[in-house]
Amino acid sequence: MILDHLPALQVVVPLMAAPLIVLLRSGRAGWLIATLVSWFALAVAVMLFMRVQSVGVISYAIGNWPPPWGIEYRVDALNAFVLVLVSLIASVVLPYARTSIAAEVPADRHYLLYSMFVLCLCGLLGMAITGDVFNIFVFLEISSLSGYVLIGLGRDRRALHSAFQYLIMGTIGATFYIIGVGLLYLMTGTLNLADMTVRLAAVEETRPVRAALAFITVGLSLKIALFPLHVWLPGAYAGAPSAVVAFMAGTATKVSVYVMLRFVFGIFGVRLVLPDLHLLDMLMIFSAAAMITASLTALFQKDLKRLLAYSSVAQIGYITLGLSLANNDGVTASVAHLFNHGITKAALFMLVGGIVLRVGTCQVDALAGLARRMPVTCFGIVIAGLSLVGVPGTAGFITKWHLVLAALQDGQWWVVAVVGASSLLAAAYVWRFVEVAYMQPAPADAVTRSEAPLQMLVPACAMVAACIYFGFETSFSLGGARDAAAVLLGGLR
Amino acid sequence: MRDFFVLRVIAKLLIPFMLLFALYVQFHGDFGPGGGFQAGVMCAAAVIFYALIFGLPAARALVPDAVVESMLAVGVLIYAGVGVAGLLLGGNFLDYFVLAADPVAGQHRGIFLVEVGVLVTVSAVMLKIFYMFAGRSRNTPD
Repeated sequence: MILDHLPALQVVVPLMAAPLIVLLRSGRAGWLIATLVSWFALAVAVMLFMRVQSVGVISYAIGNWPPPWGIEYRVDALNAFVLVLVSLIASVVLPYARTSIAAEVPADRHYLLYSMFVLCLCGLLGMAITGDVFNIFVFLEISSLSGYVLIGLGRDRRALHSAFQYLIMGTIGATFYIIGVGLLYLMTGTLNLADMTVRLAAVEETRPVRAALAFITVGLSLKIALFPLHVWLPGAYAGAPSAVVAFMAGTATKVSVYVMLRFVFGIFGVRLVLPDLHLLDMLMIFSAAAMITASLTALFQKDLKRLLAYSSVAQIGYITLGLSLANNDGVTASVAHLFNHGITKAALFMLVGGIVLRVGTCQVDALAGLARRMPVTCFGIVIAGLSLVGVPGTAGFITKWHLVLAALQDGQWWVVAVVGASSLLAAAYVWRFVEVAYMQPAPADAVTRSEAPLQMLVPACAMVAACIYFGFETSFSLGGARDAAAVLLGGLR
Repeated sequence: MRDFFVLRVIAKLLIPFMLLFALYVQFHGDFGPGGGFQAGVMCAAAVIFYALIFGLPAARALVPDAVVESMLAVGVLIYAGVGVAGLLLGGNFLDYFVLAADPVAGQHRGIFLVEVGVLVTVSAVMLKIFYMFAGRSRNTPD
């Protein structure tokens, strides 16, 4: 019986944990509850993933109002994959968070931070699991609002400025999304994703539907931080507490990409999107631009978190590039990169959090000779950095390989060139860290050896190990992505 | 505000009626315009009115910050708790049909309880925002 209610529990348990943590008013209890909840969410997500594999699509009617009238939670191969990604990253980051948060955030705000953390988790899981376009908006707002608070809790006052900037941009994005949804509702009279896909066929050549497509694409691109709508992202990532960035960099933009995949392929369908609107062509150009310009910008960053943030913008380019190729390999690469980039970036930001704790800063200039002082952390950053570059044997390689295959299938040689150039640039910015940490001598007054505490190091290294593991064992990342691509593209033909 | 005798008397007369009207709006939400959001704002407005006339410290003594913060959380818990009650009684999440023997009565009961949760959280949020702004002065750091 409990198995039937898994889709509801996935969202409800984090939702109820958030007010509970506020009531208890204790940072320690808050952390414990948040961690347990994230593990529970991971267990539920894995069970859902396996059930989808065995029995197919799971539909759950909230309030027992049957779809399409009521809100439907609908789990298929695509969003089960996203649910696993989000809850996995949360459940690794939260054990890590305690020490990091204790060092970076005033103690009287800890319980509020953990409350917002689980609320953000609830919002992201909700966005992924729901099959109702308005419900997606509600959860988008839950995750975004709690995200603004989490970022604003960062160490210095610049974090507040970044959070406010993100708030303005994010609100514009969400507003555009809801305008688009309003137009679609006007034309189809339904909010249910599956129902809308069917009903849209009759009205797809009308102007409101095209306007809706434009609004939704731009709105979601803002949340995804697709170049050139990425300006909020570097500040937000640089300002937020390290544990928060590790979580959000791995999940928040990824879930918005998932929603975009749903709309582009699920609702509008390639039929409408492909031929005369050139939406995918535009996405491809912007993705390529993101991969090159953001990687170049990353090269010249003085702050390690900011460098990684720009690298995220570039990596998002890979994801949307796969989407814009719109063939089986492309979408597979896109979905797999959600996962592979998620774990890679989470690993990197977690390790950087250790540096912030020990060195007190993550300015690249201050890290000379760091490899002597924090050998494990530095080695971890190098490994995860290789995954960012896409070296064979790491998770990043798997997706890049499929991206290149997809581009070749399409005969887009220039895309292959862009992927190669962007990988070289990634190697260059990872090398910058290697040079400073390994080649430069440590300052004379440097502490000899002070590795990050085990509580932080173990989860971070587990994430680094995952980058290697998923570079060889691809049955989950690539297999799951393949099923997801089949769901997305299968409905169209 | 010690000198404004008329204001103080009128405020004391009006506040009970404001709260009563809030409750009317809350419980009449089933049959006409109204519900937890509007009623929550009215409840908070009554306390804010009290704070304007008698001063912020008096209002904070009446409804302390800790109570406001707990109310924030309790309202959400009531809402989600109704949903879980539906689960435990053998229905889906937020299933009001199973909350009473008669499905229509169950829907009625479910909405009623959910609106109570909304009232609690909305009034607490309004008060919290008011306290945050009113508590700030030029000398407050941050």
